[in-house]
Amino acid sequence: MTGVTVLQESKRGDGISQEVLLNLGPQHPSTHGVLRLVLQMSGEIVKRTEPFIGYLHRGTEKLAENFTYTQIFPLTDRLDYVCPPSNNLGFAIAVEQLLDIEVPERAQYIRVVMVELARISGHLLIVGALPMDLGAMTVLLYTMREREMLMDLMEMITGARMHTSYIRVGGVREDFPEGAVERIREFCDILPKRLVDYERLVANNRVFLRRTRGVGVITPEDAIDMGLSGPNLRASGVDWDIRRDCPYEIYDRVDFNVITREAGDCYDRWICRVDEMRESVRIIEQCLDQIPDGAFQVDMPTIAYPVDKDQLACSMETHIHHFELSAYGFKVPKGEVYTAIEAPKGELGYYVISDGSEKPFRMKVRAPSFVNLQALEGNIQNMKYLADLIAMLGSLDPVIAEVDK
Amino acid sequence: MARPAFCDLIMEHFGDRVGDGGAGIDMHNIEVGPENVVELCWFLKDTPELSFDFLSDLCGVDYYPDSPRFEVVYHLFSIAHQHRLRLKCRLGDPPHAPTVTGVWSTANWHERETFDMYGIVFDGHPNLKRIYMWDEFEGYPMRKDFPQRGYKDAYNPFGEEREGQ
Repeated sequence: MTGVTVLQESKRGDGISQEVLLNLGPQHPSTHGVLRLVLQMSGEIVKRTEPFIGYLHRGTEKLAENFTYTQIFPLTDRLDYVCPPSNNLGFAIAVEQLLDIEVPERAQYIRVVMVELARISGHLLIVGALPMDLGAMTVLLYTMREREMLMDLMEMITGARMHTSYIRVGGVREDFPEGAVERIREFCDILPKRLVDYERLVANNRVFLRRTRGVGVITPEDAIDMGLSGPNLRASGVDWDIRRDCPYEIYDRVDFNVITREAGDCYDRWICRVDEMRESVRIIEQCLDQIPDGAFQVDMPTIAYPVDKDQLACSMETHIHHFELSAYGFKVPKGEVYTAIEAPKGELGYYVISDGSEKPFRMKVRAPSFVNLQALEGNIQNMKYLADLIAMLGSLDPVIAEVDK
Repeated sequence: MARPAFCDLIMEHFGDRVGDGGAGIDMHNIEVGPENVVELCWFLKDTPELSFDFLSDLCGVDYYPDSPRFEVVYHLFSIAHQHRLRLKCRLGDPPHAPTVTGVWSTANWHERETFDMYGIVFDGHPNLKRIYMWDEFEGYPMRKDFPQRGYKDAYNPFGEEREGQ
C-alpha cells in the first residue's frame, strides 16, 4: 500500500483525527488482479471507495472488428480466463443466431457439460479465494486440488488447460475422447463429498462467519438497479437465472434448482456458489445420461472444418472449403443480435452487428464482472471497515481480465 | 420474432416521437431521438406492464462515414415479465446524449466506457471521465477512423503516423 496522503485534519474532542486517501493496489494480493481502489479513510473506516480499472485493457472489441469470426474465439477465452467455455458459448450462440443454424443435439449436450464444468471451475476458485482473503488459507489449497482435476479434464477433452477455444460456431471442435465421460462421472462423484468438506472447514467457522455474516448487504432493489446478475443477484433473493427462464441449448431438458438466498451479504454470496456447484453436478450427470450419438458439429463445409481429415487429401471440394475457411473465414448475413447466457459470474451478453462480411462490424461484450464490480461504488449496507471491503470485493468475484476486456 | 404486445403501448404514449425499428432476430427495436431518451426510459421502467427494471447493456456504435455517425444502443430486460427490448438513439457529430444514470444506476460505468471508447458525451453524468484509458490519452480508440495499432509515439513504435506529421 503506497501513496498515503493527508486529506484534512480535523480536531475532535479528544484528539486529532485524520482522513487519508489510501491506494489499495494495483498490485496487491487481495485485489484479485490488477485492480486499484482509492479509499477515503477515516482511521479504519472507509468513507468512500472509487475503483480504477483498465490496467488490463487489451481492446478485445477493437481487435474483434479486425478478426474473422473463427479468430475471435481465442479472444473470448481471455475474458474470464477461469471459465473459457462459457465465453466461447455466448459468442458462438450469437453468431449461430445470425447465421440461423441449428447445432446438432450431441454438440449441445457436450457444450452444456463443458459450460457446467467451467462453472464449477470458476466457483471453486472463489469459494477458496474468499476465505483466503479473510485469512483462512487452507480452503484454497483444497479447492485448487479439485480444480486441478478439472484442469486435467479440460486438457483431456480440449487439449488445453486454460484457453480452450473448444466451442466453435456450429458445434464443438472435437468429440469427447475415449474415456472422457467416465472421467467426468468420476469427478461428479467426488466433488459433492469435497463440497461438504469445504463447508465443514469454513461455513461454521466463527471467524469466517463474523467476517462475512451481515457484512456488505445489498438489497434486492439495489441489486437490480446496480445491474448485478448471477449468484450475486440471487444471493439478494432475486430468483432469476437465464438457464431456467430463457433456456438456451438443452437447459430446458434438465432438471435443476436455482439457488437463491435472502440476506444478500458476503456469506450468502459465498454459500450460493457452493450450492450452485451441486446443481451443476446434477446438470452434468443428467446430460451424460441423456447425451445422444451423432454429429458434434454442423454438416456445413463453409462454416465448420471437415471432421474426416483424410478427406483433405482426396477430395478437391473439401480442400477448397478448408482453404477458404482458413484464409478468409465465412460470411455472416447482415443483421444484429444480442445474446445473453448465464456465465458463472452472471449475465454474459454479446451484441454482434454484422455488415455481411467475414468480420463483425461491432462486437460488444457485456461482461458480468464489469457490472458487478461497479457495486463497490453503489449502495452497500454494513461495509464499514477496510476489512469488510476486502470481504465484499472477494464475494463479488470479479475477474479483472473480464472487467477490463 | 413476433411483435410483442407492449410495443403498441409505447407507440400510443409517444406517437411520432419514437420510431418502430421492427423486429430483430432476438428482440424488438425502438428508435428514439436523444431529446426523448430519458422520458422514454422512465416510462419503460415505471409502467407496470413493461417494468424494464434491468439495464442489461449500454454501448456505442460508430457508423463512420455515415451521417448521423453515432448510435447509442440500450438493451433492456424486465425481470418480472422476462422480456427484452432494444433502444437505439442516433447521434450526430460531436455526439451528445442525455445520461440515464438517474433511471438505472448501473448505466454509470457503461456510459463512462462509451465516452472513453467513442467520445459520446453523456450530459448530466455524475462522473464522466475515462474508465479504461488513462486521462492523458488522446482520441477515442473504438472509433472506426482510429487505427487498430494506435498512433506512433515514444511507447508505440509500431503505431501509424498521425496525419500532418
